[in-house]
Amino acid sequence: MAAPQVLPIEETHVEVDEVPQTDRPWVTVVWNDPVNLMSYVTWVLQKLFGYSKEKAERLMLDVHQKGKAIVVSGAREKMEYDASRLQAHGLWATVEQS
Amino acid sequence: MTMFVRAGTVCVARFGPGEAAVLNEVMLEVITLLSEGFDRTDPVIGRLFPDVYRDDPALSAELRRYTEDDLRSAKLEQAALLLDALPVEGGEVALDEEQAEAWLRALTDVRLTLGLRLGIADDDVDIESELDEAILKDPTSARVAQLSVYQYLTYLQESLVGALMG
Repeated sequence: MAAPQVLPIEETHVEVDEVPQTDRPWVTVVWNDPVNLMSYVTWVLQKLFGYSKEKAERLMLDVHQKGKAIVVSGAREKMEYDASRLQAHGLWATVEQS
Repeated sequence: MTMFVRAGTVCVARFGPGEAAVLNEVMLEVITLLSEGFDRTDPVIGRLFPDVYRDDPALSAELRRYTEDDLRSAKLEQAALLLDALPVEGGEVALDEEQAEAWLRALTDVRLTLGLRLGIADDDVDIESELDEAILKDPTSARVAQLSVYQYLTYLQESLVGALMG
């Protein structure tokens, strides 16, 4: 996995009001595909993340209608783990920094 | 056509000999793709194991070194579990919750594979009309057979999701 970024010492005095890149949240995105069933995607989101049926259906519809949806956010390693769990269920999941 | 229904704590379906044979065959094809036939350049493998970082193939490849074996084993395991529970000559299948979940994942892999091979590229593709068109062209073609199998597996999976969610 990618090594943590270590800045040289002389460059560590960043502006205080600047949000360091490492603080921006990571997200897991599910992309629309023409094969996966709407009912199945809803079930997967409920099963993996413990979402209510309503929340899972709303996310599934976002994927279906908008082409993608952020289904979960958090630490980078967690997002990579969640993406692999979604991929194990055949969903097209990726990770990015929001 | 075989559909799953809920019976108490299990999901039950009765497969005809033809249906069992077809499901057996397509599942074996997926197993081959995941094992001796594994080819990273195959679009099906690309879809079953997508890049985790969409705009960074190098980083995705690096991550894949840590995750791909597990993902591949899991897919092979669920495929084997499906085949174990399926009587080759047809007959009743009764799945507990864990088995039903493995079946759903295995059916997804099969449908993704067939879907890509059939060129089902977006939501606008209507399987019914694709099938009608293919039948008009040549009712004995491989495409007609594959589209019928795809459609059958779609109904089968839909019924299993419904049975499982109760």
